[in-house]
Parts: sequence; C-alpha cells; structure tokens
Amino acid sequence: MNGAQDLGGQMGFGPIELEDNEPNFHAGWEERAFAITLAMGATGTWTLDASRHARETLHPADYLSSSYYEIWTKGLEKLLLANDLVTAEEFKSGQSLTPPKTLKRVLKAEEVAGALAKGAPVDRPQQQPARFKVGDRVHTKRMNPETHTRLPRYARDAVGTIETVHGVHVFPDSNAHGKGEQPTWLYGVVFKGADIWGPDSDPALTVHLDLWEPYLDLAR
Amino acid sequence: MSHDHDHNHSELSDIELRVRALETLLTEKGYVDPPALDELIETYETKVGPKNGARVVARAWADPDYREWLLKDATAAIAELGFTGRQGEHMVAVENTHDTHNMVVCTLCSCYPWSVLGLPPVWYKSAPYRSRAVRDPRGVLAEFGVTLPEDTKIRVWDSTAEVRYLVIPRRPVGTDSWPEEDLAELVTRDSMIGTGLARDPNSVGETA
Repeated sequence: MNGAQDLGGQMGFGPIELEDNEPNFHAGWEERAFAITLAMGATGTWTLDASRHARETLHPADYLSSSYYEIWTKGLEKLLLANDLVTAEEFKSGQSLTPPKTLKRVLKAEEVAGALAKGAPVDRPQQQPARFKVGDRVHTKRMNPETHTRLPRYARDAVGTIETVHGVHVFPDSNAHGKGEQPTWLYGVVFKGADIWGPDSDPALTVHLDLWEPYLDLAR
Repeated sequence: MSHDHDHNHSELSDIELRVRALETLLTEKGYVDPPALDELIETYETKVGPKNGARVVARAWADPDYREWLLKDATAAIAELGFTGRQGEHMVAVENTHDTHNMVVCTLCSCYPWSVLGLPPVWYKSAPYRSRAVRDPRGVLAEFGVTLPEDTKIRVWDSTAEVRYLVIPRRPVGTDSWPEEDLAELVTRDSMIGTGLARDPNSVGETA
C-alpha cells in the first residue's frame, strides 16, 4: 500500500540524527514493547508480513510522528484487536474481561535461544521453473495495491536487470492477508540510478532490490 | 526504594503506561510468559550484536577461502561461526573494493541482519536515512563523515525481501600481519552497513 512507510526517495526529512555509543533501548518501555512484540509473533497467530502491514496501515501522520517502538506498540494493538485476542473494552479498562483465546503456542524462557537461533526461513521448494534468468532485462509493473506489497513506489514502472535468482520465497503480498504463502521466485534486480531518478541521478549509483516474480515482466 | 518507585510512577508518559498496560493484559491472559520476555531482551543486550559481524569480516580478511565461501553462500559461511537465525535466515555478503562501495537500507521498514549486527540503531529505522539512502547515498555518507572518489561506484541495497545484507568493508592497509582477533577490532557496525569505513589501524594500536 502507498502508506507513510514507503519512504524511498521522499524529501524534506532533514539530517540523519546520529548518536555515539547508542544503546539498544532508550527507555525501559522500549525493551518491554520489543519483547512483547517478539513473544506475540512467536505464538504463530499472525505472520511477519501481517505485522508489517499492521504498522504501515497506521495513519501517515501517526506513523511519521511516532518513534520506532511506538509504531511497534500501535501495530501490536491492531493485531491483537483484529485477531480477537484482546477486546476494545479490555484496552480501555486495562483489565482482562473475557476468557483468553487458545494460542498455537506460548514462548517459554527456555525456548527463546532455540527459537531465535532457528529463525523463520522463508525459502520454499520450487514448483515450477523460474521465468527469468540472470542478465534478463525486466520491467517492474505499474501497480498501486491498497494491500501489502514489497515493491516500493520509487521502483515501479522501471527497467532493471536480473542479477541474482534467490530461489522461491514466501510471497508477502498474499501472506500478509491470510491468503497463504503462495511461494514464488525471488530475484535480485539492479537498476541504474538514472533509470529510477532521472538524468540528475548520481551516474555512479545503482540501486538493488529483491523482487518477486509477480512484480516483473520481461522488458521490451 | 519505594520512594524511587513512586517517584518514577508519577512521571510515566502515555506510551510507558500504554506498554505497561499491554504487557499486564497479555500476561494476565497467558499469551506471554514474563521470563521469556526478559530472556528476549537479555539476548539482544548481551549476546547478539555487531561483534558477531566483526568476527565474520575479520575471518574473511584473514582467510581467502572463507572470503570466497562468504561471497558465494553467506548464510552457510556465517552459520559456521555460530551466527544463525532470526533476521539472518537468508544472508548475502557484498564486498567493498577500490572502485565499488556498498550501502544497505530498508526503505519500507527496518530490515537489518540481526544475527550479525544485533538490533538496528535509531537512525537506520528513521525517515531521514530511509528516504535518502536510495537517492542520494553520497549526501548520506557525507553526514557520516565518509567521502568517496566521484567515480567510485555506489551500490545501494534496499532490503525489500527476507534477504539480509552484510557489507564487507575494505581491509585497512598495513594490517597484513595482524591476527584475526585484532582485525575484528577494526570492524565497526557502520562499516558493515556501508555508512562507515573500517577503523584506522593506528587508532586501535594506541589504545591497545
């Protein structure tokens, strides 16, 4: 979706704020927001793609004025509501008023190390041959879905070259919306700066994106 | 001690209250296990961080076979050193050379190779970097104090999928005889994102 999260190429945000010896967390609540978000993700109630979509559907003004862990917190609240794990009344009162739902699993302390070390790989067995090969010129689709996508606006309707065939990966555009993994070929695609930004682009710049097959057509 | 507690309590911000209420609710419902929450925080505070990535880079500098493996199959080569898992499931290493510089961003969210770099710094997740890195990388690099020759090719990697990128910075000259552990001291977090270069070997020698 064309939400506030799609920041590539936007202007006016000012200088990058650097901090020497920056801590992982700047306040106790950030640690807790981080941990409850990861722990709820580990219950398997929703996908990582769905949680990204929950964050990007925040109102753009809210997204841009919230700190990172504020965005996580607001996204988590949306997911809990949408999955009927917490009701609006419970958020209001701060008290559990309905019986808990049964979850697929609840992450225990002794399982944390194993779960993190294992991660959640998204490569899947191939069902059909790849449509493109290294060196193919491809044209990204002009598209503006209101749903989740990982094709940023700045790279739509642009011509690039396949430089890597990564394999078959879970397709976020479907997986974010409960429509299954629909695994599809993922490619590394390189674009010349000028083919994205026009003639004023840095001539020595190339931009590299990982893009799924449904985003691409052969360039004519 | 109770005084301190009360004092802090009276100054809780909206977001502190919001997160505290949320954690209480999730705990009460049995959806989260508080010791697991502490363990998650502890892991990223003490075990997973840029020291992991620095070991990978130092090995690649010191061992040509390892470097080749890392460039060909980074996931396996990095797993060999014991670094696997969340936000590092599918790794690719990209190497800086005399004529090419690599820089990593996630314009759509905050994708970052946690298994080798830990949690991303605030600037990496913020609008100024995410918006500008893909369009004006030289302007971004200047803010980090890095100036590259005009003809240096700049490759910007926008992490749009679950592939995570680790930059192998250039090995500083004059370090040929250095053991791997000392080389790792030269490898900064920013040099592995591509917003910095490896440390000057003289700067490390003085403090050692």
